[in-house]
Amino acid sequence: MENRHKILILDDDTDWLTLSREMLAALPSRPEILTANNGKRALSLLESEPVRLLICDLKMPRIDGLQILSIVRRRYPELRTVVLSSLEDEEFRSRAYALGVDLFWIKLEMQRNPKLFIECLESLLGRDDEPGFRGIQSKSLMDIIQMECLSRSSTVLRITRGPLVARLWIQSGELYDAEAEGVRGEAAFRRILSWKSGTFENLPAEPHRERTITKPVNALLLETVQDMDEDANSLAPDSIEQSAHRKTVWKLALLAREGAEFVIAIPAEGLGEPEAIGTQNVSQLVQWARHVAATARRLGERLEAGPVLQVTGQNMERQVLVLDREDRLFLVGWPVETAGNLLEKGRKLVASWDS
Amino acid sequence: MGFLKRFFRGRAGVQQLPTGTITVDRNGHVVTSTVASAYPKNLLGAIGRDVLGLFREARTAQMPLAEISLQFGSLHITARELRGGAIIFLFPQTALLPTPTRSRS
Repeated sequence: MENRHKILILDDDTDWLTLSREMLAALPSRPEILTANNGKRALSLLESEPVRLLICDLKMPRIDGLQILSIVRRRYPELRTVVLSSLEDEEFRSRAYALGVDLFWIKLEMQRNPKLFIECLESLLGRDDEPGFRGIQSKSLMDIIQMECLSRSSTVLRITRGPLVARLWIQSGELYDAEAEGVRGEAAFRRILSWKSGTFENLPAEPHRERTITKPVNALLLETVQDMDEDANSLAPDSIEQSAHRKTVWKLALLAREGAEFVIAIPAEGLGEPEAIGTQNVSQLVQWARHVAATARRLGERLEAGPVLQVTGQNMERQVLVLDREDRLFLVGWPVETAGNLLEKGRKLVASWDS
Repeated sequence: MGFLKRFFRGRAGVQQLPTGTITVDRNGHVVTSTVASAYPKNLLGAIGRDVLGLFREARTAQMPLAEISLQFGSLHITARELRGGAIIFLFPQTALLPTPTRSRS
């Protein structure tokens, strides 16, 4: 019997559901299309049918897409999710990605470029039974840059690693410029390549971008890889102390850059010692941060409010932020007078912590 | 009456998120509430007790806090300490509303 994937489309607009159903029928893998016009119906279908992919609108009455996505992420971790919305606000895009969605498409863009949308969905459905590429999900950043240059394309690659955003300008297959963490040119390129994970997207080319990189991309890639190899092999016993010292200096510089007073990186209990910079009151703060994380997780589950994104606190002297990452908790403190978006500062600090 | 509910009670359901303000006393009892009366009282009580626990543990850690915010994927809870109790604001983070506390500096 033919094993067809099931796709569920959730949208409160029934005309849109009809349109989407017709469009998705054109997918090469011929999936079975299910539709729901409210969250309750969608959850009910997800419970009774083995759905592979959920395509979800955001703006819906009563229970909206973000809440549905929070719920399905917890209940069905294997389910692939795509947001298809008419909301063009970047904030919704980042909130959706924070909830772990695989793709975010604007409806208008989808209508303009249905072929690309179909290809993206087909890639997400993961036709594991057939040989060949599964899109670019398993390619490294180096592979992607090489592919862009070999195909002589002109584009801007926007690479995101948590709150850090970098750009690479490629013109007719040549690397023109790079920008990351406040630096430009080759230094930025090297920094981007040291990122171990992230996401990227292709933006329209900017042919008038000033050129800061003149070396051929392959030479630059080779140099960068050699540097990274040397760094990895430089942990001889006599250099371990120097390396630890360099790390501490780097972390202090990070603290100063983001205006923070202290940071504590807290591993799960029994998996190592907390790492603290800028405070002496480590054990009590660690205990509090663990209590906060456990309480927030439990409360989030009881209320069906989705994953905990962050917890903040404030008193007359200090502002604190607790960020729960996969392997560690981070507690960051700032003086109360620190201005600006502390969440953004905290995310940057955490993302750069192990660089 | 309610015959069909016997068969359909176990179906997938989704709890609507609470919206409004509650105040809790120092023992965690909900004193006042503007949250819809249909929202389960035990969940409001759980929010109050957990929030008071966070304030209490912060004092134990020698970092007494006046305000705590918990940001979930689809709900934002802000609590202010109030003479041992707390006033707690509950904002669902829906696509229909902008994030209320988002700094745009």
